[in-house]
Amino acid sequence: MKNSDKGLNHDEPILFEIGGMDKSGVDLNEPTFKENFIGDCFEDREIGLPGLSEPESIRHYVRLSRKNYSIDAGLYPLGSCTMKHNPRLNEKLARLKGFSEVHPLQPLSTCQGALELIDEISIWLKELTGMKAVTMTPKAGAQGELCGMLAIKKAIEARNECNRTKVLVPDSAHGTNPATAAFLGFDVVTIKSDKNGRLNFDDFKENVDKDFAAAMITNPNTCGLFEDDIIEIANYIHDAGGYLYCDGANFNALVGKVRPGDLGIDAMHINLHKTFSTPHGGGGPGSGPVVFSDILKDFCPAPLLKQDEENYYLVENHNDKDIDKSFGRLCVFHGQMGMFVRALSYMMSHGSDGLRQVSEDAVLNANYIKSSLEDILTPAYEGYCMHEVLFNDDFLSGTGVETIDFAKALIDKGYHPMTIYFPLVVHGALLVEPTETESKNSIDQFIETIRELASKTQDGEDFFKKAPIYTPIRRLDETKAARNPVLRWQKNDVIAAE
Amino acid sequence: MRYLPLTKNDREEMLNTIGVNNIDELFSNIADKVSINPKFNLPNHKTEMEVERHLSLLSDKNLHADNSNFFIGGGSYKHHIPASVDHIIQRSEFLTSYTPYQPEISQGTLQYLYEFQTQVSLLTGMDISNASMYDGSTAAAEAVSMAKRITKRNEVILSNTIHPHYADVIKTISGIKDNEFVYNRNFSIDIDYLFNEIDENTACVVIQNPDFFGSCYDLSSLAEFVQSKGALLIVVVTEVLSLGMMKSPGAMGADIVACEGQSLGNPMNFGGPYVGLLSTKNKYLRQIPGRIVGESEDVDGKKGFVLTLSAREQHIRREKATSNICTNSGLCSLAFTIHLTLLGEKGFKNLSRLNHESALNLKEKILKIPEVKLLNKSFFNEFTIALPIKGEVFVDRMAEKGVLAGIPVSRLINNNKELDNFIVVASTETNTEDDMNSYIEAANEVL
Repeated sequence: MKNSDKGLNHDEPILFEIGGMDKSGVDLNEPTFKENFIGDCFEDREIGLPGLSEPESIRHYVRLSRKNYSIDAGLYPLGSCTMKHNPRLNEKLARLKGFSEVHPLQPLSTCQGALELIDEISIWLKELTGMKAVTMTPKAGAQGELCGMLAIKKAIEARNECNRTKVLVPDSAHGTNPATAAFLGFDVVTIKSDKNGRLNFDDFKENVDKDFAAAMITNPNTCGLFEDDIIEIANYIHDAGGYLYCDGANFNALVGKVRPGDLGIDAMHINLHKTFSTPHGGGGPGSGPVVFSDILKDFCPAPLLKQDEENYYLVENHNDKDIDKSFGRLCVFHGQMGMFVRALSYMMSHGSDGLRQVSEDAVLNANYIKSSLEDILTPAYEGYCMHEVLFNDDFLSGTGVETIDFAKALIDKGYHPMTIYFPLVVHGALLVEPTETESKNSIDQFIETIRELASKTQDGEDFFKKAPIYTPIRRLDETKAARNPVLRWQKNDVIAAE
Repeated sequence: MRYLPLTKNDREEMLNTIGVNNIDELFSNIADKVSINPKFNLPNHKTEMEVERHLSLLSDKNLHADNSNFFIGGGSYKHHIPASVDHIIQRSEFLTSYTPYQPEISQGTLQYLYEFQTQVSLLTGMDISNASMYDGSTAAAEAVSMAKRITKRNEVILSNTIHPHYADVIKTISGIKDNEFVYNRNFSIDIDYLFNEIDENTACVVIQNPDFFGSCYDLSSLAEFVQSKGALLIVVVTEVLSLGMMKSPGAMGADIVACEGQSLGNPMNFGGPYVGLLSTKNKYLRQIPGRIVGESEDVDGKKGFVLTLSAREQHIRREKATSNICTNSGLCSLAFTIHLTLLGEKGFKNLSRLNHESALNLKEKILKIPEVKLLNKSFFNEFTIALPIKGEVFVDRMAEKGVLAGIPVSRLINNNKELDNFIVVASTETNTEDDMNSYIEAANEVL
């Protein structure tokens, strides 16, 4: 194989090109049984799994890891993703054997500590949100949305008002909101944002009629702005017999500072992997507990954690009488325990005082970036932002440079780009979320880099169109990947000879 | 506060730049509506040592697989995880990166997911797989939703021996109405019943293999029959190691396979996080939910990987998406793929056999206990026994002796008295002969 490595930048072949059928990095004893008890589906088949010895495995994955950007290595300003520092204490505690080696169906008497931990994190979440109940099981934010909307659906059924099928979703919402509502059979109606980046309340009212079921509103919204009319909206929704679901993806702007329960919401998911720092892990695992108001709490999914005088116990079957109004079950067992341990460790480390400082610093950092860049970039909206700041691409007009090019050039300057082209309501959007775990030095350097790049756009597009050039791989042909999908390695993969 | 880098001076300077006097001015539009800075009934921040002490105390209250004699399965299994797996998944570049939306600086994640997709397809014997789901149960529910979209039919037939939680999750998530759902909870799978129930409204038949009670089935003829009626066969696997000794679901004719991958690389974690595997045939490619990685090349013609087929996904399609899923189980899929790479073909099959052997040995010993009967005609690494007393009572008594003896079926199926004396017992490569002898000794005492 030709060596095309450059310094620390190694090419790494795929596993199937380097592994061997006779290789293993695990020593096992030889089984000695004579006859199996598998029955007629027994087969000693050739699976085709290549193995590597331990040193080869470590090298393979270490070399792969070096092709990734990470929050540990640099500022990760992905708007709406809350890429904050992941404390290592949390990793250590999640690995305590009394959490990691506990089976979900052990007798309840043998896992009281695990149940107590779930109770503790529930108390924190209820207190911080000012809500009555919480269900811990949803596996991620999108499943939290599903959970909240299933509870709403069940509540509507309980009222015998199944005609209510309309769910209003602002055009700035995350794609998961309309997808969740539609997945459950609701009719999704999109509500336009107004010129201030908030939900258009007049348009909203016009769409509330006898079929109205619920609204799904993100607050702060994805433009990084607080929905100023939220209390009026909540009252309007309740007067019309509907429910207010709040997408809590941006809770980092409010935690310790404002209680969502004071805003009139009925259900909200909380991304433990955002606000409460459980690691994003390259795309999961997440965890999306949902808090509920009084009127929805009876419809929570199984299991339900309860306590008698001496012990914690779980109500696990949704036909049990304690939860006979429950909408059902969202996952096998009791949710993302490993994430609960990490999140509770994070909450306790910050405490009530520290969590307030979290939202304050997150909002401060975003506004500082906004103030420091507003003369050279173009903020999408006037006024202060919350924990993230949204720019449009007006500053690029006439330069030939597009948002994507600007983002790719930022990669060459050592940064992961901000969220781009989202929210959809702003042309060529650039959404910057610094989080509270960046130092002032780090933020100043980021600001300086953005300013330098923004000035450079005046020199022509060439530099930007070519970017990135310092990465292990350059811009990839995504159209080709989708048109002719190659989703796995094949044994007889013969590269077509030209 | 150890995780917050801004100093008091920094904050003042920054407020100055913004042009406000204090932080609350940035929240003034909220303060106009509700009170900000509420008083919480929560403690203030704690040192690292204090937090560690508190959580360690909670952890110490639990019996776990390493300080007990452990024989529980039922969708979550105790296996030995090589030390290097946990070391690699804690590398910053894997642990603290986001979804690989910028492929130029995410090739590490994208390449291992491509390798993962290939490994999963090989294990299940299917054409393609996605980049993982939350867990096996939600993968199964998504498989059912997928089958409903493909067949444009609504009725779902669940075999009666699927893990009861899985049945509940499928019913909840894929929105099956009671009259569209066939399921009765008893011990043995009733193939004739399944054959009779399938008709022109059936979207899919869902079978767990090995089933909740541990029994293994060749589903080939069922697959053929299901498909002849225009429906799909979904095979659910909760113990992925069983695939080292069984015909693959693909070889039996499955249309979609939903698998729990926890057994490779991931601890039991009291139920999560886990990693769901979802595989299907090429022809259903555009109906599969979740993230998928595909191969492509860059502007210099160099091979690389990208997230692809996003036209199915919610961030592009919004209310027309195939599913609302937007996360996979990234780090757990990494642990899975590293463990499987370390094992390789030989190691995987060997580990599979060691599990079977362990269960065979336990069975031999357990059947010597008076009045204990085996209910299975086949099994992989877990089986169901009928006891002379209620399963729940037995398991509680055994726990007092430091033996986690299995799952009383009545914990999950509480409306069928016939199952009250049944427990499901698992034995894996981690169980020694001594463990088994202690199990028998304790059982003889409590029965």
